[in-house]
Amino acid sequence: MRSLLPLGERITLKHGSGGRAMRALIEQLFVDGAESPAGGVGLAEMDDGAAIPVGDRFLVLTTDSHVIHPLFFPGGDIGRLAVAGTVNDLAMMGATEVLALTCSVILEDGFPTDQLEAIQKSIRFTSREARAPIVTGDTKVMGKGELDGLVLNTAGVAFTDRVVPDSGLRPGDRILVTGTLADHGFAVLAARHKLELQGELRSDVAPINTLVRDALAAGGPEVVAMKDPTRGGLASALHEMAEKSGVGVVLEERRIPLTGPVRAAAELLGIDPLHVANEGKAVLGVRPGAAERVLAALRAHPLGRDAAIVGAVIAEHVGRVILDTGFGRRLLTEPEGEPLPRIC
Amino acid sequence: MSLASEDEVRELKFRDPEKGKALAARLEKLTEQIGRAPVAVMHVCGSHEQAIARFGLRHILPKALEVIMGPGCPVCITDVPEVDEGVALAQQGVRIATYGDMLKVPGSAGSLADARAAGARVDVVYSISQAVELARELREEVVFFATGFETTAVATAAEILRGPPSNFSVLSAHKYIPPVMEIVAEMPGTRVEGFLAAGHAATITGWAVFEPFVERHRLPVVVAGFEPLDILAGLVRLLELIHAGTPQVDNMYPRCVTREGNAAAQTQLWRVFRPLGGRWRGIAHVPNGNLRLRDEWAHLDARQRFRIDVGRLWDFAPAALVQRCICGEIMAGLKSPADCPLFGRECQPESPVGACMVSSEGTCKIWHLYGGHPELQGGDEVRP
Repeated sequence: MRSLLPLGERITLKHGSGGRAMRALIEQLFVDGAESPAGGVGLAEMDDGAAIPVGDRFLVLTTDSHVIHPLFFPGGDIGRLAVAGTVNDLAMMGATEVLALTCSVILEDGFPTDQLEAIQKSIRFTSREARAPIVTGDTKVMGKGELDGLVLNTAGVAFTDRVVPDSGLRPGDRILVTGTLADHGFAVLAARHKLELQGELRSDVAPINTLVRDALAAGGPEVVAMKDPTRGGLASALHEMAEKSGVGVVLEERRIPLTGPVRAAAELLGIDPLHVANEGKAVLGVRPGAAERVLAALRAHPLGRDAAIVGAVIAEHVGRVILDTGFGRRLLTEPEGEPLPRIC
Repeated sequence: MSLASEDEVRELKFRDPEKGKALAARLEKLTEQIGRAPVAVMHVCGSHEQAIARFGLRHILPKALEVIMGPGCPVCITDVPEVDEGVALAQQGVRIATYGDMLKVPGSAGSLADARAAGARVDVVYSISQAVELARELREEVVFFATGFETTAVATAAEILRGPPSNFSVLSAHKYIPPVMEIVAEMPGTRVEGFLAAGHAATITGWAVFEPFVERHRLPVVVAGFEPLDILAGLVRLLELIHAGTPQVDNMYPRCVTREGNAAAQTQLWRVFRPLGGRWRGIAHVPNGNLRLRDEWAHLDARQRFRIDVGRLWDFAPAALVQRCICGEIMAGLKSPADCPLFGRECQPESPVGACMVSSEGTCKIWHLYGGHPELQGGDEVRP
């Protein structure tokens, strides 16, 4: 582990934004001293979920709480996000056939019923799409001002024969992304700040367990690492994978798929799209011999049409991500908090 | 992956790495011909540094060419007392709207972000018009803390001339670039042999604004845009002028910049603002370097409308760390972040000591983000 950031006297928003500060918080407060299940994956691994050995298989377990403003945004809403988030975390461990989900909702006094109905409809729709039945749940209502509208928590369980960790990269492996990046973060940012940006920014929020299933079927054990680049974007996901694997990564910037509207928004706001959240994408580390095969399988799936091989793993520069811009090279850093737009 | 064809065309035009490499080869040759090592030139624009770092251009520049980052980040050169005015107003209970970059800039007793964490109302806006909208919606006093060079000052001027609501006012910390080039050129120990001027600012001022400077200091000035090829071509032209020993102004951004500039914008700028001498953080007193509202607009000037009590803040002695910060020397081009004992240690984007670590256009932040210019070889045989 790298040198730890001091937490400071109070928890601030940066501790929840997916960058170094958040990892420092989790490492120092929650992981410290935690035990992992024998032969499985637990808190100490800081992976997308836990894996508990059961017979010759693994039971994968994960949970996620969802808060987002606004609750409804172009391309999705908090309900779809809550289901997809948990289904995708299971898939990132290799568990693509979901046994069951739980769903808890905490509401603020005065929350509009029609909005709750719309969210519930979206939860049900997404759960069917992912073939992930919701089997139990819980509802609480809190006083006015005690929370902002609504908080959703989902948990999920699934079996897998093989756990795909974050940490399986070795030099020579290829880095794949399953589609265009930063769509979710920019769509929400534009909706939140009412930015009138040219072109259509739409969140990519979607359950991608069937996409991952197809990739695993094509690549088998040669798919060696997976992560969903949510908060902190591709930059955060790759740093974590590189650090845990003890390798470096070189990305070819011009191969990274981005939509026209995302490019425009990124340039305009001065925000690096590689620091921006995705909710329907995965980063895969694949052995070189299987990369093209996995790419073809991804592209054959409707959610993977824009998949691309974007980089490679190197032995040098351990824990770092190098971006080759075509002109020269630079380091890609991890985002340090909520991205602030630059002024001119 | 399929790119929209429009994107591809744009990439080809200004982001063609092959053309970039050809320009880099010309730079190599020119530095050899000049024969002095290093040849030092300065840009005075955070957006230039941003593009240089963002595209990894330092990686392909000749070792004998030193491109110094000048005082080109408007957030970084906003002086401590100006930040204090914003913080004091916020603490007095007035709602402040400002650009996101200004939030974390430390004043003598904390930043606007600190004030907000302690209960003050500070809103981040993307433009002055959003701040005006906020004033219209809220019907309470809203002060726009206005920072930036002539580029953003013009937007402030236009909004003032449009007639904002009566509960809106402006705390101007706007700065004007041309005078600070004189300061840098006259600094003892300066090694700068030519300037790369900012294309967006020149769009407004016109390139002729640099002629008196060239006349006085016998140093060439080249106006350049912000795409990687713009910057490389601008550097090539600058080195050609240095090599030929012909100090003059050249415009390498003719698709946007004219000799006269945007006359309408200049009229608006000078109708609203007057130049006033003042300190730039870490640099020096810059004659005519600040833009303040003219008396005609006193009713929209937060300094006239409110009694801003900054004295209260100054009871707090500056933190010891701040005294070790070398942002000023970095912005004057005398030192680099690598020379700073705080850089990357006590001073990080999460906990900035100096303003240069705050703004996305600040030298230290850019170095921190993009890794300065380390050796980044390796992995060529496995590139996809």
